[in-house]
Amino acid sequence: MAPTANPAPVRRADARRTGATRKPRRNAMRRREALTGYLFITPQLAGAIGLVIIPLVVVFYYSLHDWNALSSSFTFVGAGNYTKLLADPSFADSLVASAWFSIGLVTLNIVLALALAVLLNQRLPGTTLFRTFFFSPVIVSLVAWSIVWSFLLQFDGGINGFLSAVGIQGPNWLRTGPTAMLSVIVVQVFKNVGLNMILFLAALQSVPLELREAARIDGARAWRVFRSITLPLISPTLLLVSIITVIGSLEVFAQIAVLTGGGPGNSTTVLVFFLYQKAFRYHQFGYASAVGVVLFVIVLLLTLAQFQTRRRWVHDEV
Amino acid sequence: MLKRTSRITCSAAVAALLIGLAGCGDNNGSDTSDSPGTDQASQPVALRMTVWTGNEDHLSLFNSIADEYVAANGDKVSSVTFETLPYDEYTQTLTTQISGGNAPDLAWILEASGPEFVASGILSDLKPALESAEGYNLDEVLDSALALWQKDGSIYAYPFSNSPFGVLVNTTMLTEAGQPLPKDLIASGDWTWDKLRQISAAAVAATGKGGFYLSGFESYLAWQFMAEAWDSWDAAPWSADGTTCTFTDKPMVDFMTWYHDAVYVDNAIPQPGVVSDFYAGEAAMVTAQISRAAGLDGSFEWDIVPLPEGPAGLHPVIGQAGIGVLAQGANPAAAADFLAFFTNPANSAKLAQYFPPPRESLLNTDVLGAANPLLTAEQLQAVVIDQMPDAVTLPSHVVFAEVSDAARIVLDDLWTAQADVPSVMANICEAIDPLLGN
Repeated sequence: MAPTANPAPVRRADARRTGATRKPRRNAMRRREALTGYLFITPQLAGAIGLVIIPLVVVFYYSLHDWNALSSSFTFVGAGNYTKLLADPSFADSLVASAWFSIGLVTLNIVLALALAVLLNQRLPGTTLFRTFFFSPVIVSLVAWSIVWSFLLQFDGGINGFLSAVGIQGPNWLRTGPTAMLSVIVVQVFKNVGLNMILFLAALQSVPLELREAARIDGARAWRVFRSITLPLISPTLLLVSIITVIGSLEVFAQIAVLTGGGPGNSTTVLVFFLYQKAFRYHQFGYASAVGVVLFVIVLLLTLAQFQTRRRWVHDEV
Repeated sequence: MLKRTSRITCSAAVAALLIGLAGCGDNNGSDTSDSPGTDQASQPVALRMTVWTGNEDHLSLFNSIADEYVAANGDKVSSVTFETLPYDEYTQTLTTQISGGNAPDLAWILEASGPEFVASGILSDLKPALESAEGYNLDEVLDSALALWQKDGSIYAYPFSNSPFGVLVNTTMLTEAGQPLPKDLIASGDWTWDKLRQISAAAVAATGKGGFYLSGFESYLAWQFMAEAWDSWDAAPWSADGTTCTFTDKPMVDFMTWYHDAVYVDNAIPQPGVVSDFYAGEAAMVTAQISRAAGLDGSFEWDIVPLPEGPAGLHPVIGQAGIGVLAQGANPAAAADFLAFFTNPANSAKLAQYFPPPRESLLNTDVLGAANPLLTAEQLQAVVIDQMPDAVTLPSHVVFAEVSDAARIVLDDLWTAQADVPSVMANICEAIDPLLGN
């Protein structure tokens, strides 16, 4: 016993000695790890700072100035551009147009994408062909897509030609307010529905078959299985899709520029097109920057709102 | 350590932000000490001119003139580059270059933007350079052509292209429809807008194709192109000083009523959303400048005649483009010197191949005929030479884009069969008067 009676002080002393030499090593290792980590994220961080953070700050800075790009006048006006914006009836009109566009696009896009995904999730012959067919517009140039549709939607264009062949007199799609808005929404839905469809399809294929089978054995019908089993399980994807679709709907520009030019009247002058007019047609860069800041805040608030409500309806957040 | 690293990262980010802001501040033109607008060096400089033509023949001609200039002035200018910007986005792209601190030395300027550019102070006064250039002969440049580009005795752009509008006629289609040809109507003194509308409507009824349309207004957006016709009613969108809306004046209301009825009563003009391409043989007549004749492929017989007379007589209209020297460019003096060479009488004669010049000595059928082999001497005399001295340009204003959009938004209400013309005109004035007043 005697030789082993007092080993602890030795071990503690050793430990202290070892700890004293290991601590700097551990710290050096941590530093190296941290450095490696920072080096890995540097390209992304530099890109984010240079192309996102700095422009955001700069746009806010510009929005506090009256800047006419043509005459190079650059005067600090404080919140002047924002008060002017609030009193500008055409800004209110563009907010309304953006709201209609977003509501129409998000609703139609998500419903159609989900319906297509459910249909194409069946093991039937030809589904791969249909998946390719619905996805292919996603990879087509947006401007080319819009130009083709501008021909189809002319008063004497392809769509009205088809309608008249079945005895229907079609409207002048792009020249009356309601049909012009409907047209740009539908054109945009057809362009991008394939992307959401693929996301939903991937989510649907991850839903365990046994859960649905168990529900069916319990007597649930197809709709009940979909509503109570499938939909909750794909709700994380639904959250993702709804966020990116809402953001995308508020950033629409090219289709409006090609199809309607913001008209008829200003019925399709959505926020980004309004911003474009102010900056690049009227040279009011400061005022347009204020519109940009407001648009950023709107997108941010909508995204936060969607994210905050996720606990109520997203399956794995409960 | 992590905290220290974070502090370093944060400091770097803040520094980057500040550098970014500082860089942006420099571009705002508040500090001109780094010399935009002043020729800096005794070394030869490289000049850049923005243009909206991408035509290889045009660019080849420009380059040959530039090469000649560089060969003779190698100590001042090392090269001249012609940068093509898309026509539809031309002014927007040019403005973005200017605001980004990348102003070209010289730029083509659309007539609609002319007053805005002239008033902005962004263009250099060219008069001293043009007057002092040897053999330039500024006095022979037509006053009517210079009107848009002058202010307080200074000249801010040279109107290198002045192309009057005429009417291209598909004589094959009119003959098939049993209608008289415009050249015969001119001979008999019956070439009026009413007659044009009448034979156009008859051609539509007989052939099922399109009738007549105003070039530039096919899509019912750029309403300023209606001036090709409304000048013959003595109508104008605003007063001469640009401060008062005149859409509600009788000549304008009469013209708009005429146009509306031509669309919805006679079907002489296609309604919005209906495409009838004259150059594909789908329309009877279209207003056009002489250069558009090059787009005809010979699949039908055609003619070009002057614009018809209206209630206020014949009012020739030209489409114009100017070349200005950007005061914010790096080398305005060298750019003005090059412009004086580019547009001297000898080079104007070369440019006349494509761009009708504003010089009296070059407005003859020999010069224009060599450039436009598709047109007869008689056509050139009637459509270009006789029209040029009295011609007016299309509408323009110091805030044209803003006024144009505001008016277009309301004018869209006119394009229904039941529209009330005086009411729409009143609404246009209500929309644009505040902008004109400012």
